[in-house]
Amino acid sequence: MIERSPLGRPLAHLLLIVGILIVAFPIYYTFTASTQTIQTILRPPLPLTPGSEFANNYGEALFGGIGRIGGVGVGTLLFNTTVMALGVACGKIAISILSAFAIVFFRFPLRMVFFWLIFITLMLPVEVRILPTYKVMVDLGLIDTYAGLILPLIASATATLLFRQFFMTIPGELVEAARIDAAGPMRFFRDILLPLSKTNIAALFVILFIYGWTQYLWPLLVTNNNQMNTIVIALKKMVSFADADTPWHLVMVTAILAIVPPVLVVVLMQRWFVRGLVETEK
Amino acid sequence: MAGIELKDVRKVYAGGVEAVKGVSLDVQDGHFVVLVGPSGCGKSTLLRMVAGLESITSGTIAIGGRTVNELEPAERDIAMVFQNYALYPHMTVRRNLEYGLRNRRIPSDEITRRVNEAAAILEIAPLLDRKPGQLSGGQRQRVAMGRAIVREPAAFLFDEPLSNLDAKLRVQMRAEIRSLQRRLGTTSLYVTHDQLEAMTLADQLVVLSAGHIEQAGSPMEIYERPATLFVATFIGSPAMNLLPIEPETASQLAGSSAVRDSLSVGTTIGIRPEHMRLVGDEGIQDDEIAADLVVTGVELVGAESYVYGVFGAQKAEIAVRVPGYRHFDGGTPIRAAAGATSLHRFDSKTGLRLDSPV
Ligand SMILES: Nc1ncnc2c1ncn2[C@@H]1O[C@H](COP(=O)(O)OP(=O)(O)O)[C@@H](O)[C@H]1O
Ligand SMILES: [Mg+2]
Repeated sequence: MIERSPLGRPLAHLLLIVGILIVAFPIYYTFTASTQTIQTILRPPLPLTPGSEFANNYGEALFGGIGRIGGVGVGTLLFNTTVMALGVACGKIAISILSAFAIVFFRFPLRMVFFWLIFITLMLPVEVRILPTYKVMVDLGLIDTYAGLILPLIASATATLLFRQFFMTIPGELVEAARIDAAGPMRFFRDILLPLSKTNIAALFVILFIYGWTQYLWPLLVTNNNQMNTIVIALKKMVSFADADTPWHLVMVTAILAIVPPVLVVVLMQRWFVRGLVETEK
Repeated sequence: MAGIELKDVRKVYAGGVEAVKGVSLDVQDGHFVVLVGPSGCGKSTLLRMVAGLESITSGTIAIGGRTVNELEPAERDIAMVFQNYALYPHMTVRRNLEYGLRNRRIPSDEITRRVNEAAAILEIAPLLDRKPGQLSGGQRQRVAMGRAIVREPAAFLFDEPLSNLDAKLRVQMRAEIRSLQRRLGTTSLYVTHDQLEAMTLADQLVVLSAGHIEQAGSPMEIYERPATLFVATFIGSPAMNLLPIEPETASQLAGSSAVRDSLSVGTTIGIRPEHMRLVGDEGIQDDEIAADLVVTGVELVGAESYVYGVFGAQKAEIAVRVPGYRHFDGGTPIRAAAGATSLHRFDSKTGLRLDSPV
């Protein structure tokens, strides 16, 4: 599979380096901007090297509170977004692994009907069912709560299907061996299925964490209180039509801080992530 | 310890396939019984019904005198060894052995004792901290056996446990399973499609075909007196030679006229290759019959070889065992003879053995 011609390697490296530059430069430029005073930012051209305001800007954003979003600090935003992303990722995984478990390992009436019902929800993302979902959240009094942010997003057909595919590759003999070894259904789930799924869970966690972190439409609707904003929403609110009203240095800081957690998750879980996508422990 | 008793056991799968058609079988306490038959004949289905992994359509299964039809596999006091070993891949060998015991809330010092004992018997003690993925096929096989042993069950069930091993290892493990079973004295029901494996392992051999028992008995009994044409050709390798008797067949044979006259049309006679000999200058003896063959090939299998030929207008294939190696070109005419006492007679239509004296 791997080409070993003398020219191939340098060429591949060159392509990769160009690609990295294209991806990394805007981020670097944002970081540079986040270390300048607002005056420097507003007076182009923006310098290509970091300025002297790193500590000031980041300190102000994290601990000072930002006026345009009701004086809420980026710390609160990060906390809110983390709760939401974790809640969505963990909730989706918990629900989908259990429903896949039921569908694959139990024979109950209307099993295939339920399977297709789950399948059909693939066609009903939040954007499609947003009005009824919003109404339900209002009726339940879940506006401006973490539950309201998380719950409508955690049913996941995709993750259920993924776990289903994985479970179906588990040899029937293994299930039968467990039955003979006196493992009931939940014990089988805990002792055998969960450990075998851990790389899949890890890969899915990375994807879903980022999905939760970057949610825009739903948090925009369901949170009115600035204290409950997620970082993406706050970023949007910080930007005004008039350049003069926008604290650009803080926007840049917030943008950088918004990227850091997903990047950390990917970097820390990279090994698991790749293993979960390419192999299974069987 | 306990016997296993099957009464009129039937299995009809959801699709309407009748995989087991009324099997009655008595496995005595401590015996090693082998179910043998071609693939698809319902062996696994039968074994899985005993294990409780498959529901029983009708009939009863009792283990140790207790009817188990409605019991869960875990409640049947059996342990099973699977073809693909079915070891838990994420657990160490030790955990694999312990798992069934822990789930049964057996005290931990007792668990440790049993695991160490089984590990010593099977010589897998150095492997206890490894995971199944780090073991060879033969070692996994041992661990799978260990998992059955530590349970100290009333019966072992084996479903083709050796078919994933290479030929040499298979012979070795076969011997080990046999001696282990003797040593533990645990009732065992063993499924295989390999007649040689079946012959060497069994106290009692049960030949299955298309969901019913063709014959049950000791390996020697079955080999020496196969009850049907199916058993005659299934047990033994190369298979027993069969010669359907047609109106002109007797006249094409040479040798004892008494024997030839006893061959009635509508029957099939069977002769094992090792009961035949090539006729040389010494000629045919009084109680022998002989056939003229045209050689089609020779197969050397070590200390002996098999000469294959076809007989007469009906082109019946005949194999003859000869000591050492004899070479014949294809098409060479030869004469092969067999003693009257080594003839097996079957009804060509029903396939049943005919035991009328010669
Ligand atoms: N789960 C099943 N559903 C329907 N038919 C089955 C099932 N399992 C086995 N069979 C059929 O039952 C017959 C016996 O199968 P099996 O017991 O596995 O045979 P063996 O182990 O002797 O090769 C076969 O014809 C097979 O196709
Ligand atoms: Mg089978």
